[in-house]
Amino acid sequence: MENVQLRKNNKIKAGVGNTLLQALCYILVGVFALICLFPFVLMITSSFMNEKEIMTEGFKLIPNTFTTSAYEFLFENPQKLIDAYTVTIFITIVGTTVGLFIMSMAGYVLNRKDCKYRNFFSFFIYFTTLFSGGLIPSYILMVSYLGLKDNILAMILPGLISAWSIFLMRNFMKAIPDSLYESATIDGAGDFRIYWQIFLPLAIPSLATVGLFLALGYWNEWYNAMLYIQTPSKYPLQYFLQKMVNQTNVQLLISQGVQIDVSDLPTQSIKMATAVVATGPVILFYPFVQRYFVSGLTVGAVKG
Amino acid sequence: MGAKLGTSIRNIGRELYHKKVLYLMLVPAVVFFIIFSYIPMPGAYVAFVDFNIKKGIFASPFIGLQNFEFLIRNGDLWNITRNTLLYNLVFLGLGNIIQIVFAIMISEIGSKVFKRFSQSVILLPHFISFVIVGFFAFNLFNYDYGFVNNIIVSMGGEKHEFYSDPGIWKYIIVAFNIWKGTGYGMIVYLATITGISEDIYEAAYIDGATKWKRIRYITLPMLKPTFILLLLFGLGGILRGSFDLFYNLIGTNSVLYPQTDIIDTYVFRCLVGNFNFSLGAAVGFYQSLFGLILVLTVNLIVRKIDAEYALF
Repeated sequence: MENVQLRKNNKIKAGVGNTLLQALCYILVGVFALICLFPFVLMITSSFMNEKEIMTEGFKLIPNTFTTSAYEFLFENPQKLIDAYTVTIFITIVGTTVGLFIMSMAGYVLNRKDCKYRNFFSFFIYFTTLFSGGLIPSYILMVSYLGLKDNILAMILPGLISAWSIFLMRNFMKAIPDSLYESATIDGAGDFRIYWQIFLPLAIPSLATVGLFLALGYWNEWYNAMLYIQTPSKYPLQYFLQKMVNQTNVQLLISQGVQIDVSDLPTQSIKMATAVVATGPVILFYPFVQRYFVSGLTVGAVKG
Repeated sequence: MGAKLGTSIRNIGRELYHKKVLYLMLVPAVVFFIIFSYIPMPGAYVAFVDFNIKKGIFASPFIGLQNFEFLIRNGDLWNITRNTLLYNLVFLGLGNIIQIVFAIMISEIGSKVFKRFSQSVILLPHFISFVIVGFFAFNLFNYDYGFVNNIIVSMGGEKHEFYSDPGIWKYIIVAFNIWKGTGYGMIVYLATITGISEDIYEAAYIDGATKWKRIRYITLPMLKPTFILLLLFGLGGILRGSFDLFYNLIGTNSVLYPQTDIIDTYVFRCLVGNFNFSLGAAVGFYQSLFGLILVLTVNLIVRKIDAEYALF
């Protein structure tokens, strides 16, 4: 009897503790989510701010006056932005398509058990993640030997294939039963046909995941542009943005030959508006692609 | 011996011939790695010469270890190695702990809507480029218009020159690293938690274990293998700095270098700043070589303790 009473007390105590813990979880997760969101909100509200207000009171979460003048200015002189968008979309589409094709083929071959040297080739690919010549030799190769200085390919090639993605593909493919290959071979299908008609349709989830990684990498590309690209019309979006942080957009536009009166120009808000326009597509697509990203992370691909 | 070699070559030839389509499908990837990974490897030789761009790597005069001696003597190598190691250790240790804490907290949340929404928001920073992270830092810490200085002034304080105070950037850099990386790591841990069988929790519940006890004695031990695996991965790459993060936050602001210069930013400056290719390559070679030794050592030790966790 006494024992039951004790248990009941314990349960009530535990109940209070559990509720407290749960409340703490809600609060901490909520606060961290707000911290994650905060810089985005600040960037967006700043882009709608009056330049005078920025000058006197700085960037604010809730501006006194809302104005779209930064965006109007941006869309009145759009050439630079259109160029950057075109370059980014081009490298994203080409890089993602070609990269997916090559990596899915490699993943398919490395998963075929009748491929005798697959372990050798797996190591051949894996070793590149362990040792590299470093930035300088790669740079000399790209510029002096491949002649890719100021060539759009310089932004596509270096990120085209990654060992990690090939292994992710291979691991996905392990789930496809061997008997499928065997029966297709008996029916007289060649290796490429098996890959193209049987394997690829089954591997769509992994293609989506790796494709997303690739596309995101190309959309956010600025590093190779900084190293190799010299002509402003070949700048991708992110590099265009990065140049803007350091010099104002106005100087960039003047250098382009746009006639403007510098004195009443919304310099700071233009920076923020450009950043919003460049990040917009990522944020818009984000809710739809997020699950592919999550499934790719959780497939157990941590180990090569 | 010769006959044996002959047969094995013939065997290789036969395998390649019979499955030529299969091997041809591997060719693009292999060629890619040969060009972009294997060919630059001997290029690290540039670290041992007095590089002259007109003569090329292999015709430039050989100077042995002079570049390395120079780097050790002027203290640069020690400084950037220390910075890279310390930053990465903090990123790895603090980062993983915060990822685990948030993964557990999210798994404890009952409301499905809140769960999904907060998870999405916390993952969002992973999707934006580091260039935008640089914008955010500018928004927050700029002297004239920065949000943080605004707050300081409105509370009666005096504006702070963040961009000329090297000491404060180590905290800002770590904060942005955690801000950007928590969502990604959290999902890996969350997947492990979701994989834990409900029965175990139920049995603990029947035995009267509180939520806290269930976390302490079930969830945390179950996360240990993932934690160790991720930690080992991280330790192997501990000499590789995240150039994206440092370059976009610090840029070419040399005032901040003493506390924010890492191996990767140093090599980059050798390339574009003072065009000292040999010096940059020397640092790069040092980074690659010790990185490789580190991975192999970590892997060897792990193998000895528990082969399950070994990378290869």
